[in-house]
Amino acid sequence: MSFLRSRFVQAVVVLIVCFVLFRFGIQPPAPWSVITLYMAIILIAILAFVSSDADSWRSFLTPLRDTVVKPERRLLRMVLMIVMPLLLGYYAYTQAAAKPQAPPELRAVHPAPPASIQFRGKEINIQGIDNPLRKDQSAFKQHVAAGGEIYIRNCMYCHGDNLDGQGHFAHGFSPPPANFVDPGTIAMLQEAYLFWRIAKGGPGLPKESTPWNSVMPAWEDRLTEDQIWQVIMYLYDATGQQPRRWESH
Amino acid sequence: MKTGGGARRSAWAFTLLVITLTLAGAFIALGVLPADAQDAAKEPAYRQFPVFGSRLAVWAIAQLHLNFAAFILGVPIFAVIIEIIGWRTGRAEYDWLSHEFVKLTFAAFSTTALLGAFLLFLLIGYYPKFWNYMTSIFFPTYWVYALLFFAETFTVYVWYYGWDWLTGSKKWIHVSLGVLSNLFGTAILFVANSWVTFMVSPGGITESGALKGSVWAAINNFTWMPINIHRLIANIVFGGTIAAAYAAFRFLAAKTDEERARYDWMGYIGNFVALSAFIVLPFAGYWLGREIYAFNQTMGITMMGGFMSWLWIIQAILIGVLFIGSNYYLWLGMERIPGSERYRKYVPYMLMILAAGFIVWATPRSMVVTLDEARAMGGTHHPVLGFLGVMSAKNTAVNLMILTTFLSYVLYRRANRISTKSWVTTGMAVQWAMFGIAAVIVTFYGVYGYFVESMVRIGFSVYQVGAVLVAIAVIMIVDVFMFRGARSTGAIRWGTIAPRSQYVLILLAVTFTWLMGLMGFARSGIRQHWHVYGVMRDTSVEAVTPALGYASNVITLVTIAFFALVMFIFWLGGLGEKGKEGAQAHGRAAPVIAGGGNGKP
Repeated sequence: MSFLRSRFVQAVVVLIVCFVLFRFGIQPPAPWSVITLYMAIILIAILAFVSSDADSWRSFLTPLRDTVVKPERRLLRMVLMIVMPLLLGYYAYTQAAAKPQAPPELRAVHPAPPASIQFRGKEINIQGIDNPLRKDQSAFKQHVAAGGEIYIRNCMYCHGDNLDGQGHFAHGFSPPPANFVDPGTIAMLQEAYLFWRIAKGGPGLPKESTPWNSVMPAWEDRLTEDQIWQVIMYLYDATGQQPRRWESH
Repeated sequence: MKTGGGARRSAWAFTLLVITLTLAGAFIALGVLPADAQDAAKEPAYRQFPVFGSRLAVWAIAQLHLNFAAFILGVPIFAVIIEIIGWRTGRAEYDWLSHEFVKLTFAAFSTTALLGAFLLFLLIGYYPKFWNYMTSIFFPTYWVYALLFFAETFTVYVWYYGWDWLTGSKKWIHVSLGVLSNLFGTAILFVANSWVTFMVSPGGITESGALKGSVWAAINNFTWMPINIHRLIANIVFGGTIAAAYAAFRFLAAKTDEERARYDWMGYIGNFVALSAFIVLPFAGYWLGREIYAFNQTMGITMMGGFMSWLWIIQAILIGVLFIGSNYYLWLGMERIPGSERYRKYVPYMLMILAAGFIVWATPRSMVVTLDEARAMGGTHHPVLGFLGVMSAKNTAVNLMILTTFLSYVLYRRANRISTKSWVTTGMAVQWAMFGIAAVIVTFYGVYGYFVESMVRIGFSVYQVGAVLVAIAVIMIVDVFMFRGARSTGAIRWGTIAPRSQYVLILLAVTFTWLMGLMGFARSGIRQHWHVYGVMRDTSVEAVTPALGYASNVITLVTIAFFALVMFIFWLGGLGEKGKEGAQAHGRAAPVIAGGGNGKP
């Protein structure tokens, strides 16, 4: 097992182990874009390690140099000179060839809200407004119950009865509906933001980062202002999340 | 070589000429500006710059100007500190080094002023209505700016040309000039920042955009102080990396061992300065981001979660490169320190933490996925990796990376020294305990952040930063006392560092410059179709916010142009040394560094 002492072999082994871990150790499988990013970082780290002192760097380079210059490695050299361009060519082909599915797309995490919106002819400030129904704490349970009913009647089919984005229709959409249980969705946002998203839906998304591919309806035509605030209260209550508060200065 | 008196006379004549021209330019500009502002009302709101368009012209010149300005404001800050160290310890090599740094600044000084003037002409000529509005708010500050510029020019020139004159008992006057030029430079930065930040977060104005009361309210707007602090620290990092890159270039081109040793040492100091400031830079950046979010949710979300969120992935990659590169340089540097072998065993572990932190920081919240991958994941958010895409994870990662980088430095610092203190075991235990406690606090709040509401989670970042800063302070204090009078295992062999380390210094400078351009675009671009956010709309044909790919290309080209100009200017500066004996410029003998001093890193 003396070959394992070679820095080059060690580097290759670490690289392969990391790849196997990223590819098969993460479930559901991580997207290729992320695995590529991770492997690039691992490669940088490995190169930094093997070259961080002279002995290690020499040990790493020796098999490479031997393969390029030593006469007894002529056969290996020939094989590599044929195989490597072929592999690179195959990689280029896989990247350039047309596929039956749409290419991956960059998607913004949260679209930026406008400062204010028109809701049935009334201007509502999205910047700085709190849920007006929370002022009367005695009616909290009543509003949450009403919100729950609205959710089940209108939202559950896409966002799911567990509010996890796994509703009946969810698998027909790309991207799928938002998962409210995820700490990266409503937990990071003020209630005013949710009001804007529910009221204006997909058609009200901002121009930047288009196309959005959102099938979220604009609920302002079907729900009243209070009903939207009620369903928002239900979302936070049912998921156990807290809405983000405005910073005071 | 000229005689001391002749050189001094020439220097004074040159100084006076520059000051006269600067003053004349400033007063002409100030006299013309109000008239220009009145005329602008009758003129079109915009003019079109030939071929490239006005926005691209302003963007390129503004970025170039900012790069040079950051350099000439950042370098003197640490140059004067190095001069003070040399003055108080009597070590000539520090005085030489400080002079070298100021020489670099000096070469870039006029280019900065030239680009600033060019930018002003572009704004007046191509955005007259916008400039008219800015003038209506900030006109009093133009006078302050011009006077400060004059004061800085004067003090920097006297500081540089008086190096050989103000020595001995007059050295304190020379050091004071250095301090004074820094104060003027910082004040200039603060004034210019008020204009820029007003465009992002305007304050002190009525609904129609007119000044409500004093101009101070417009200056002291929401993002002014966060930008001041962020830029001040970033300028030091930037100056350090550029100076280190210059030293690396000189190291690689060196023909003698003495020269190599000298520039190896200079590169180390430049990188040390950059690294020291870089450690606190993310905290200042986080504060700025938080203030932008607090000022306006739309801008905050546009920047962090909206269409600019992908810039942060690029930023994460570049910062990861900076962290790994800085550490890598220290590890390579340890090879020239006898006795450092005992610390090599820590390298793989430190690298693992850095790589893990890099991975966490670069993990996007919303991933680039194909339809099949999205279906397998149940959305664009991965149910496991998605947890790494939020601020709790990012803050934890960066704080642990900062601690690791500090550990690298601590090991480097003690590489050739063995403490002779009786309490060394206790001291070491305290240091390791502080590292451990800080890491536990950072990790605890990072994990706990997932279980609390947003506002509480944001507050946790203060505890994380506090734990890291306290740990750094305590460890450093213990280290200084523990290694005072330590036994040396051998002098540092300056100049024997592997040449690849010098390419790392150049890489760090390029990476940081590029990062500055990208982040500057993010700060400026979040205004979208506004010149002054919410007050003055951009109605030009170029009112669209550029796509990230286009922006990255522009920023990259400007970065290349910046380095081409820097190389040209440094080459010009180096011409003065040609024909002179050794490295003697301005009558200053370069010290011999090899194996130098008392071997302290």
